[in-house]
Amino acid sequence: MDWKRFIFIALIIAVLFGTVVMVGQAKQPPLLIITSMLATTIAVATPLTLGALSGVFCERAGVVNIGIEGMMLTAAFFGWLGAIYMFHIFELGAGVSIFLGVIFAILSGGLMALLHAALSITFKVDQIIGGTVINILAVGLTGFLNRQLFFGKGSVFGGNVPSSPGVLPTIHIPITEIFAPICDASEVCLQNVQAINRVFDQKPIAIGAILLVFFAHYILFNTRWGLRTRAVGEHPKAADTVGINVFKMRYANVIIGGMFAGLAGAYFTIESVPSFEPMLTNGRGFISLAAMIFGNWTPIGAWAAALVFGASQALLINMQIYRDVIPPQWSFLQESYIVGLTPYILTMFILTGIIGRTTPPAADGVPYEK
Amino acid sequence: MQSEKRSHSSARQILQTVLDASLVPFLAILTAVVVGGIIIRFVGGDPFLAYKGLIQGSLGSKKALSETAVWATPYIFAGLAVALAFKGGLFNIGAEGQLAVGAVFSALIGYALPEWLGFDLPTVIHLPLAIFVGMLMGGIWAGIVGALKAYTGGHEVINTIMMNYIALNTTSFLLNGVMKDRSPTNVIARTPLIAESARMPSIFEGLRIHWGFVLALLVAFFIWWLLNKTTLGFEIRTVGLNPDAAKYAGIKVKRTIIITMLLSGMLAGLAGSIEVTGLNYRHELGFSVGYGYDAIAIALLGKSHPLGIVLASFLFAAMRNGATRMQFLTQMPVDLISMIQALILLFVAADAIVRYIYRIKSKGERVVLTRGWGG
Repeated sequence: MDWKRFIFIALIIAVLFGTVVMVGQAKQPPLLIITSMLATTIAVATPLTLGALSGVFCERAGVVNIGIEGMMLTAAFFGWLGAIYMFHIFELGAGVSIFLGVIFAILSGGLMALLHAALSITFKVDQIIGGTVINILAVGLTGFLNRQLFFGKGSVFGGNVPSSPGVLPTIHIPITEIFAPICDASEVCLQNVQAINRVFDQKPIAIGAILLVFFAHYILFNTRWGLRTRAVGEHPKAADTVGINVFKMRYANVIIGGMFAGLAGAYFTIESVPSFEPMLTNGRGFISLAAMIFGNWTPIGAWAAALVFGASQALLINMQIYRDVIPPQWSFLQESYIVGLTPYILTMFILTGIIGRTTPPAADGVPYEK
Repeated sequence: MQSEKRSHSSARQILQTVLDASLVPFLAILTAVVVGGIIIRFVGGDPFLAYKGLIQGSLGSKKALSETAVWATPYIFAGLAVALAFKGGLFNIGAEGQLAVGAVFSALIGYALPEWLGFDLPTVIHLPLAIFVGMLMGGIWAGIVGALKAYTGGHEVINTIMMNYIALNTTSFLLNGVMKDRSPTNVIARTPLIAESARMPSIFEGLRIHWGFVLALLVAFFIWWLLNKTTLGFEIRTVGLNPDAAKYAGIKVKRTIIITMLLSGMLAGLAGSIEVTGLNYRHELGFSVGYGYDAIAIALLGKSHPLGIVLASFLFAAMRNGATRMQFLTQMPVDLISMIQALILLFVAADAIVRYIYRIKSKGERVVLTRGWGG
């Protein structure tokens, strides 16, 4: 990631935030708006960040992964289903059920990735076709099971979708408690500190995603594993010659990538809302891919790009709040339809490479023949 | 005598090629059906009854056959769209969006043009115009992606998907807003009915099969002719096989990429136009859930050959059409069909699995369908 790209990212985020501040200042002070935008941005960027990390691991090892969307969808379903089964059938506590749901999501993401790995590494299927198979299979599988398990003949739930044990709790970071004495009983100061605190009060997967970004960066660029991963993605023949098992490295990284996508899936049904609906990922797997490309196949760059998409989604959400105070000359912002197109148009714009070209790993998408 | 013998042997050769080409898809379908049966058994259903329902519902009566043809029509167009792009080395995942755009514009011309003009048009003008505009707009929708690919290298896979979301959001915006059917009883996001003059006549009284089906078969033949008998087709295939070689051979690669996407989008747009002018007489939100994605499976199953696509479309249409009967007989949800279709796609795409199971040796070169991000 070069500095130009980061400046571009900062610029877009500034424009998106600026728009909301401009519109919303009739209702709330700017600081409150900015902090609320930041909090939303970080939360909604979570699946995109994790999806992009999934792509980074797969593609750094030389396997194009267009099936992130399908892996997310599968994981969202099985995570949610797992939590429900644990809660209602095995009658575990709500907390344990939710936690096991996350584990199920990660594992099912990994399983779908195993299929992708088998297709693209062992059977040497065209990797974009393989990914498409994953996506279509995921829609069919989750749609079928969702109907069959709850409404099918002999369903243990007898035609009702049982309530899920709930969502992951918000983790409170005690910024207000620490800084409250400094405010010295000033009401405005206290409000501002609370507003800033809200940015940091995120849910576990959101916080985990950010930690994973830096962890992934460390793994990829500072460990032997990372070096080997990059080697099989750049020049598998050379890697093979020095004794690295190309197939094993690729399998492992694709599965790790699938687990990231699985965690992203858990975000939808276990962290965000406790329900599942068919095709709920709604293209976010593909937007993750764009974030990965824009981030030049680096974890931190991909995270920055994911934040841009997060911000454009946060814009949509916040515009609903300030709907009634939008000035007449900006009335098009009332149309959630127009604002809703932002991430898609942004993705296409970024892929044109106007903001600088990116280079994929040299052997990305090429099956390795020994 | 001599010539007769030669023609005999060439006919045998053709038969042999057809058999070779259809062996793996056939076994893939067989495998998917068996695996699907195991899944049905596993969730407590009767696989034989389910498949019996599927066949009865799709082929069992004149009406069932007609309905299967109705289902097959958009599949043929959309399958051809994906296949044509494959031939040109491009992966058009956006048939879904192009189809919606085609449908919206055909509906618009269909219901609004007489109002704008202030007089009624004869069918010979109105109907072709409605179809043509829808087709053209679908083409432009995909052509944008083609131009982005040709001039900036933006990958068509992600861009067509993004255009899908843009198309579906825009359609929903239009159908809930300016284009909404204003009749007092309507609460659905749909356009008004198109004028009589923009509707296709039916083929048989009382059956829903329409001339669009015949058109689909003709277009399939046309695409075969275009790809194999014309210079443009040759250029498209050459660019698809090896853009560098095409460039050295003097083919304008960028132009060909744009034309390929344009044609592909026109075919997908046609799928939408025909649904509006031949079947529904209006565009309704969510009428196409997954045609564009099924089209990918159809193109792969048909090996991107127009004849293969017609056959694969029939298979998929029969499954969709028979699903209702299957659900009636076995209480298996219709979504099961999506599962089985995904399995077919899996086994077709990964023909190595099928070859491995049935111990068939692979012959010939591996066909590269798409290329990586590099552009």
